[in-house]
Amino acid sequence: MTLYFLTMVLFVMGLYCLVAKKNIIKKIIGIVIIEYSINLFLILVGWRKGGIAPILMKGMDQKELVEHSVDPLPQALVLTSIVIGLGVLALMVSICLRLYEKYKTFDMSKINRLKG
Amino acid sequence: METYLLVLTVFMIIGSVIAIETKNLLSSVISVGVVGFSLGIIFLMLGAPDIAITQVVVEILILVILIRATISTDNTAIEKHRDNLPIVASLIFFGLFLLFSYFAVHDLPVFGEPVMKVASRYLETGVRETGATNIVTAVLLDFRAYDTIGEATVLFVSIVGAFVILRRQGRKGRGEKDVEKVGILEDEDIKKNFEGF
Repeated sequence: MTLYFLTMVLFVMGLYCLVAKKNIIKKIIGIVIIEYSINLFLILVGWRKGGIAPILMKGMDQKELVEHSVDPLPQALVLTSIVIGLGVLALMVSICLRLYEKYKTFDMSKINRLKG
Repeated sequence: METYLLVLTVFMIIGSVIAIETKNLLSSVISVGVVGFSLGIIFLMLGAPDIAITQVVVEILILVILIRATISTDNTAIEKHRDNLPIVASLIFFGLFLLFSYFAVHDLPVFGEPVMKVASRYLETGVRETGATNIVTAVLLDFRAYDTIGEATVLFVSIVGAFVILRRQGRKGRGEKDVEKVGILEDEDIKKNFEGF
């Protein structure tokens, strides 16, 4: 329970960084922290006490795997989510670099000319 | 086991506090690296070696991209001016969020005893039906391959978007004429371009 709550604390900290900070890079860092916390939460939900990785090793029985392995489903989905996070981060950073080229600042309150 | 996990998670929280509150952007990015690598260690301890490998590789790439964004720009230090009202309002909201999540996590399955309704079938039949000894791979590439198609699509679209945004060629003013002609060539163009042939 404490671990679940700690991941929620991490999520809230990322959300605070996303909402309250003015710098765009800081906002991106907030999004990255939110991603980390959600991935950690999903993997924690699938953990089994004394669990082994869901890989059938040499000399291991099928039944042994079913009884002792951790949940493979959140692992597969989190694997997808991590890679998608990287792609989205690359897109966000490239937009930020273009904004910096145009406005010479990362400050959100100074990027206010809406005309192209 | 749980003690180690607690220590590492608290370490992650400390790292992200530093990442959020420090004034220098470069040290903030480095602190994000601390958070990501300790997340990789946690994945390794939780029996998820595939995700740990992916997390470490992706974390290195994230650090490279973010350092590229911060280091080429001049004002790495953040100017000090803040509005107090939004910060106070968001802090109150986040306090409420934490309070409710504290009650909500008690309804989740107990830590260490997951509900494995779907996954037990994957574990039983995965090796026989797909031939992959790694069940994560079996789920990713066989049972839920459509999700992987979606992932590849999202990745492709985001990388194409980043490439288009960062591209330098093809920029001309509104009044300028096209430098090169595109499309069907006229007779003069053919004469001019293919004179040597």
